[in-house]
Amino acid sequence: MTDTITDETDTGALTEPAPPESVPREEDRPRSVGKRTLDDRLSFVGAAVGSLALDWVAYYQLLPFTGLLGFFVLWYVTFVGLLAVVTSMSHPRAEVVDRLVTTVMWAAAVVVGAALAWTLVYIGIKGAPALMHVNFFTDDMRGVHSNDGLDRGGIKHAIVGSLIILGISVAASLPLGLGTAVFLTEVGGRFGAVVRTIIEAMTAVPDLLAGLFVYVLILILEPAPDKNGLAAAVAIAVTMTPIVARSAEVALRIVPGGLREAGQALGASQWSTVWRVVLPTALPGLATALILAMARGIGETAPLLIVSGANTYFNADPLHQPMNSLPLYIFSAARDGIPNDLKRAYGAAMVLLLIVLVLFIITRLLARQRAGRR
Amino acid sequence: MSLIFDEPPVHAPTPEAVDEPRLIDPGRAPVDKAFRASAFSVAAVVLLVFGSIGVFLLIKSWSALHHYGLAFFTEAEWNPESNKVGVAAALIGTIEVALIALVVAFPLALGTALFISEYAPAPIKSTLVAVVDLMAAVPSIIYGLWGAAVLQDHAKYVARWLHQNLGWIPVFHVDTDPDAAVWQQSRYTTSMFIAGLAVSMMVIPIACSVMRGVFTAAPIGEREAAYALGSTRWGMVRTVVIPFGRGGIIGGTMLGLGRALGETVAVLMILSLDFHISFHVLQTNGATISALIADRFGEATSLQLSGLLAAGLVLFVLTLVVNTLAAIIVNRSRSGAATEI
Repeated sequence: MTDTITDETDTGALTEPAPPESVPREEDRPRSVGKRTLDDRLSFVGAAVGSLALDWVAYYQLLPFTGLLGFFVLWYVTFVGLLAVVTSMSHPRAEVVDRLVTTVMWAAAVVVGAALAWTLVYIGIKGAPALMHVNFFTDDMRGVHSNDGLDRGGIKHAIVGSLIILGISVAASLPLGLGTAVFLTEVGGRFGAVVRTIIEAMTAVPDLLAGLFVYVLILILEPAPDKNGLAAAVAIAVTMTPIVARSAEVALRIVPGGLREAGQALGASQWSTVWRVVLPTALPGLATALILAMARGIGETAPLLIVSGANTYFNADPLHQPMNSLPLYIFSAARDGIPNDLKRAYGAAMVLLLIVLVLFIITRLLARQRAGRR
Repeated sequence: MSLIFDEPPVHAPTPEAVDEPRLIDPGRAPVDKAFRASAFSVAAVVLLVFGSIGVFLLIKSWSALHHYGLAFFTEAEWNPESNKVGVAAALIGTIEVALIALVVAFPLALGTALFISEYAPAPIKSTLVAVVDLMAAVPSIIYGLWGAAVLQDHAKYVARWLHQNLGWIPVFHVDTDPDAAVWQQSRYTTSMFIAGLAVSMMVIPIACSVMRGVFTAAPIGEREAAYALGSTRWGMVRTVVIPFGRGGIIGGTMLGLGRALGETVAVLMILSLDFHISFHVLQTNGATISALIADRFGEATSLQLSGLLAAGLVLFVLTLVVNTLAAIIVNRSRSGAATEI
């Protein structure tokens, strides 16, 4: 392709080009570089169809294989091979490599998306039977045998417990996380760099360790610890704080510096600039940060295995008696291996997933609002 | 807004004072001092809390470390009844599961990140970003349920295939005959391989979003320069985007590794715990530190509790090192683009 271009320009520079008498009009229109050509499309479609046919013959007629997974893998491999052959018939090597890499990128994204969709759909299908019963939401498991039908018992205690625990941990982690984020963006300095490094490292430190930490803390305060909802909430708050701090810092950092300077130039103190200019500007971003942390917090299971006891009855008092929560309920119900309990576990997982999904959609709407305002 | 007028009025200079320069910077207003001090103290409290995690774990695990000595790190068994307690098997298992998760997650995360930033049609880009974020927000217990119920059933065929065709590599060895007419399916389930696959579902979104962040930040001028030189799209990606995002690739992978090292619930739901040092990852049974702690915590006596906390300390140090390295690498790679997320 490059050869022809240089040829044309060379001759064009030296000799006067012949008057364009028989040149069709299409030649004058510049080719759109972003669009795929007919050749692009046909090679992809042709290779896909051809490889499907080859794969079917090879997989089901010739080779001693079974299973859908293998079928797709072989289809993909044949597709890549066919595409390479088809492309190399009319294109240089660079183009062949480009097309092959494109299929690899698509494949990676499709595999990841399919795995996620598979997870969500599977939980949805398995969870649906339990969700059909009203008592699943209005009853607790007190006096209900694991093997009782789905028309008895429910997960009210776990839902309420989860919400109470989440509420307390938000009340603890919001001021701490937001305060840290404000410190990092508005005050900063050398100490700020240390805090930022620690916070960033802490966002990925295992949540299990937060549970251990809170357990040790309680152990130091009182020798015979009582597994209650507050301990669980503190553990969740420990895991949520770095998440809030980190994403709130990002939200505060994208507030234009000009706004801060304008506030200060008007004679406002730094505090009133932060309170009246920076925080309101970053509000949607801060809300996103908080809700994202809530979505993480409500699904946190590992710390609860350490500090929270599972119970079967409704308990709205975080200070006394164990308080169950959705993740813990799912874990114990899925592990005992009784079919009806497993159905309840899937139902509870569906409820948990729906809560996370709702929180997640709120963050997307807030983000869109933020993008729209700019 | 009354705060604006808080400062004392400036008096006209008297003739005696005319030589003394006026103080231009009156210092910070009291309200600002209070603001900065309180912001500082919140940050200090947070730092204190997270700093004390390690200290508390060390204090409480001291009695176990003292009692078992160095054998704590070399003993594979976790059997307090016979006074044999050590993290060797669990530590190696943790690293094995994390590495399996990374081997699976790295190419997928890299491919997905490049796909979103370079290949995806523009209208669906933001949707794809949201999907990856959603994947990160799905609780690990959901992946655990799915992994134990669904993934296991399919992955055992993959495990058997690997054993049949690559069984001569020691890692893929399983103590059973893969070609038997009725092959022993249970030998291929509840393995570290399947646990690693489930963990990779949690590693992918973390690694992917970090990588995508740096890929999107690759300078537009250099991209166009590559195209102008006649490069194909892959040529541009290979010579501009990937070199620019190298720090993000490494850092995102290490953040994912940190997550994989500490993952508890999904591993606990899939793996059947067994404390032997084993490099046969396809074979049933295995152990990780986090699964060990979560599984044995309820029944622990005082000394065993201390031992579990010591195991937690080992995990803490391991993840802290990995995560801090990751944070430093990502920050360094990002130094050019100040406001990029």
